[in-house]
Amino acid sequence: MNNKVLNNRAWFFVLPVLLIVLFSALLPLMTVINYSVQDTIGPNAFFWNGAGWFRDVLDPTTPIGANFAGALKRNLVFSAIILVIEVPLGIAISLCMPRKGWKVGPTLVVVALPLLIPYNVVGTIWQVFARNDIGLFGYAINALGIDYNYSLGPTSAWITVIIMDVWHWTSLVVLLCFAGLKAIPDAFYQAARIDGASRWSIFVNIELPKLRRVLVIAILLRFMASFMIYTEPFVLTGGGPGNATTFISIDLVNMALGQLLLGQSAALSLIYELIILAICWIFYTAVTHFEQREWTRE
Amino acid sequence: MDKRMTEQRLSAASTVALPRNAVSAGTTDRPFAVNWRAFGLSLYLLALVLPIYWLVNMSFKSNEEINSTMTLFPHHPILTNYIHIFTDPAWYMGYVHSITYVVINVVISVVVALPAAYAFSRYRFLGDKHLFFWLLTNLMAPPAVYALPFFNLYTAVGLFDTPWAVALAHCLFNVPLAVWILEGFISGVPREIDETAQIDGYSFPHFFIKIFLPLIANGVGVAAFFCFMFSWVEMLLASTLTSVNAKPIAAVMTRTVSAAGMDWGMLAAAGVLTMIPGAIVIWFVRNHIAKGFALGRV
Repeated sequence: MNNKVLNNRAWFFVLPVLLIVLFSALLPLMTVINYSVQDTIGPNAFFWNGAGWFRDVLDPTTPIGANFAGALKRNLVFSAIILVIEVPLGIAISLCMPRKGWKVGPTLVVVALPLLIPYNVVGTIWQVFARNDIGLFGYAINALGIDYNYSLGPTSAWITVIIMDVWHWTSLVVLLCFAGLKAIPDAFYQAARIDGASRWSIFVNIELPKLRRVLVIAILLRFMASFMIYTEPFVLTGGGPGNATTFISIDLVNMALGQLLLGQSAALSLIYELIILAICWIFYTAVTHFEQREWTRE
Repeated sequence: MDKRMTEQRLSAASTVALPRNAVSAGTTDRPFAVNWRAFGLSLYLLALVLPIYWLVNMSFKSNEEINSTMTLFPHHPILTNYIHIFTDPAWYMGYVHSITYVVINVVISVVVALPAAYAFSRYRFLGDKHLFFWLLTNLMAPPAVYALPFFNLYTAVGLFDTPWAVALAHCLFNVPLAVWILEGFISGVPREIDETAQIDGYSFPHFFIKIFLPLIANGVGVAAFFCFMFSWVEMLLASTLTSVNAKPIAAVMTRTVSAAGMDWGMLAAAGVLTMIPGAIVIWFVRNHIAKGFALGRV
């Protein structure tokens, strides 16, 4: 949009948003920064600790650093698996969706339903569904002769957490791609038909390029949410067995609200948030860079 | 000649029966071919519904039936679990509290975001890009990071354990999200409308409420839907910022764990009831949901 008018009075329109976000984001962030550089000896007795907590968190030889390194690794692996499964699956399902007729409404409602379920209830649903005594899923898997118990086996726990997330969030990718596909004019398909294009070449040459923008949003949103995951695995496995499914958020809440390690958890919070920002920024810059190159080539 | 006739026949047939799906017309030629798209979609929808069905199934069972037999539907259906929830204030007030803070949050988020989104869409002003980016970084903030500082902040200002604390805390991610979605929808409305109204002598507030709001009604609906969704499903902040008077349903659900063991039936019934508001809301926005998920930018 190049035809925007320069008008600094527009700040008055933005002011309410600014005030509310200053209150609910900046003030707490200041508290976190404040805690992260101080140590405490008893209530309200703080002293300067500099970068000490940051060194602890980043040094894998300390207990806190070891926990963080483990949780970070698990979180990165988890996000990678989630993206690899959910993005292609979401594209495939969106291509199967009806685009006209009475079926569209009900299909959309069913597809969107998991997204509207409170996170703790998602955890509860899978806690029940995957149990091998009272849950259909666990019962069926065990009946097939496969040894499966998410509260005892780390592999079972991981598989359950991943299936749960795929169940919960693939719909987001589906809906985004569905919106992208609906925006492709009929003329494109007609042209392809006249050219005798195969299904695959229609997908690669027409649909996929049109989906690029929504896919960028989908990948960003899925990465962020999977990297911040807390409630669902907490309800399902409590981070266990052992610490097999302890992700960074679970570790952090445990430290901050459970053990009240203010300094350590504040330092961890800042590092955690910086990692998310950095990954999103790198991904976004790479995409825009790539798009600009495409533009100049055309 | 033959080939051209086939093509004509094909395109004629497909424009009558399946205008949009014409690209798959190749398969409709063979009468007994499996419709893979419908099959794949059905399989996915079944996978989405099955875990939810299992929870519904359990909610109509007694704990004896749940623990003793594996039944695909309740053989002795009971309503005891639901009756208990609707008659015990400790239970049903959980829903009231949750809905209260969600409604407050949706109203605040949309009302504050509207003028800001208009400003970002229509005007250039000092620091506009930085401000917009800073707002978006709040979407990347893990709730786990904010749990403890929010607890301190809302205790300090005396809002702890009120619906306002949760509603304001959820503004952290809902206000930026609403600005982002509304900016997309507002940018879709041509500037000429604003200019014409100005020439016709409308005052700005009059124009904004009487003319502009109806034009972006879909966008407002979609933004409200998303704020509802993310406030309704978020549980970590909601349960950290409340203790007794504003306890959300998620925190109430932990009552089902007791020394006597899990009360699975009650847990299932409470979970099922949390899905109903979401399902109702989706039904209302089903025609705009796809565009909404693409943040109004398709």
